[in-house]
Amino acid sequence: MKNDSARHDALVQNLRDRFASAILDVDRSFGDCAVTVERKVIHDVLAYLRNEHRFNLLLDIAGVDCANLPSFRERFELSYNLYSIPEDLRVRIEIAVPELDMDVPTATDLWKSANWAERETFEMFGFNFVGHPCLKRLLTHHEFVGHPLRKDYPLMGGQWCTATSDMTEELNEPR
Amino acid sequence: MSDKHSSKLEDSTLHGAARAPYSSADFDNDVDPKRDDFDEGLDLPDINTTPMYVNIGPSHPATHGTFRIYARLEGELIEKAGVDVGYLHRGFEKIVEHKQYGQVIPYTDRLNYCSGLSNNVGFCKAVERMLGIEITPRTMMIRLIIMEIQRIMDHMICVGTTIVDVGALTNFWYFYNARDKLNELLEALTGARLTYTYTRIGGLAWDLPPGWKENVKAAIKEVPAAIADVRGLVEKNRIFQDRTRGVGVISAEDAISFGWTGPCLRSTGADLDLRKVRPYYGYEQFDFDIPVGANGDAFDRLMVRIAEMEESLRIIHQAIDRVPDGPINIDDKRIMLPPKEKVHTSMEALINHFKLIIEGVQPPPGRIYDATETPNGELGFYIISDGGSHPYRIKVRPPCFYTMNALKFLIEGGMVADIVAILGGLNVVAGELDR
Repeated sequence: MKNDSARHDALVQNLRDRFASAILDVDRSFGDCAVTVERKVIHDVLAYLRNEHRFNLLLDIAGVDCANLPSFRERFELSYNLYSIPEDLRVRIEIAVPELDMDVPTATDLWKSANWAERETFEMFGFNFVGHPCLKRLLTHHEFVGHPLRKDYPLMGGQWCTATSDMTEELNEPR
Repeated sequence: MSDKHSSKLEDSTLHGAARAPYSSADFDNDVDPKRDDFDEGLDLPDINTTPMYVNIGPSHPATHGTFRIYARLEGELIEKAGVDVGYLHRGFEKIVEHKQYGQVIPYTDRLNYCSGLSNNVGFCKAVERMLGIEITPRTMMIRLIIMEIQRIMDHMICVGTTIVDVGALTNFWYFYNARDKLNELLEALTGARLTYTYTRIGGLAWDLPPGWKENVKAAIKEVPAAIADVRGLVEKNRIFQDRTRGVGVISAEDAISFGWTGPCLRSTGADLDLRKVRPYYGYEQFDFDIPVGANGDAFDRLMVRIAEMEESLRIIHQAIDRVPDGPINIDDKRIMLPPKEKVHTSMEALINHFKLIIEGVQPPPGRIYDATETPNGELGFYIISDGGSHPYRIKVRPPCFYTMNALKFLIEGGMVADIVAILGGLNVVAGELDR
């Protein structure tokens, strides 16, 4: 079995050398590796990992509403789940995002998979991905109001959405 | 786009998995995918056309699920297309925040409902790693076998329905005969034919019924004949090749950039398979190959799945005689319910049962991402626990969400009739796509 722990150590060391104090926290629980970085360097970190460390697969982007957790940096959190096929290594890059300023630079210029992943995170939590080509609701209806995965959104209840969505924006999105 | 992506194809095929005997390069002399002799000899005048806007879906017999494609057509050519999903969104991730960990398992059945057991196993595997428990060898082997049975069944649906969509109904029934035999096995094992809910955190719901292993051996004898029938009908069939070869082509770099995993990614030539790269449940002890395609077109995506069914049969053949004896559930009172007869006769077991039902399994606080190779690709669960009995957050990483993201890329510039051939090969299951 490949020694993940040592390779994660080396990766974290590389990130610390490169981004110094912008690396806020490293979580190694359960054998995973999650690195919390400052929001302003997130795009640089992702580009660095993709270009220098061959993290060629952006598996997923997960938003988290931290409101009910015992401790947190800011209300929201974004977790980029990366996998390097040639190195067979996984890492998560996490950033804290305050409730009143939810701008995050888009990763669509790095991976095409970020397109729908960011749209889903936008509609579920309200992150504003700056530079995204078509930041529209994806899974919920376009008339839907609110961000359903926030902890203050009620579990029960519904909204009456009827109008057919105009898909001109999706149509004109570059291929 | 490719110049921006430094990852080379060689990088992604480093794991050295042996190639299956199948390779789509065998057919290179048969058909030229770019052949264009439809209107040979016809001198058609250029007709001044205006773009036409059409909706394909949300409810269309050839889409196998509800999603909508809005297309601008130039004649029969799709000039631009937009894809709309979410018609089956049921709020999986919101609901499970209000359930105990054990109560999430039935919901995972409804993700990719063509292979519910793989989702059950994927979720339980993640929670078990979080709890730091090791399941028994017998359970590992049973889970491995049922996952491979589900892989065959899922691929049968995907390949069968896609061939129906491009105009050949018979193959579907060939597959369905064999698939029904496999489904009877799972019915005997779990009592259900679609939503199995068979795994439990730390074990399984029931042990194997008597004679089940013999039934498996009998049932999987039916599958090779079905595969051979279908292969014989479609593999070298000119009409089928014309409909699927060179249609919806994607390069390995683009597929990786789109986040593809599973058979769709392998059809482009990259041999990423978690069963080889990160073996779990003892996959490393079995002799099987990872089929890969060469061209990344609709034809390869189907043929890779057919070849994978044969590899899954090899695994089941080897595994069915190696199921060890012993318990199926771990011996941990904080996780497993006590046996029912003890609950009725012993006070301690009754209290144990009551506490576990009320409080549920409580993983330690923390975050985990765990991935499983399901028939469609990498199914991941990102679980955040705050130490309570309900998951704080579960993010599902559905494989077909990311293959569907590429549909716009695949269909633009092609013909309207190509949509069904492309869509079928992606095996988009709306339950998993929309959650």
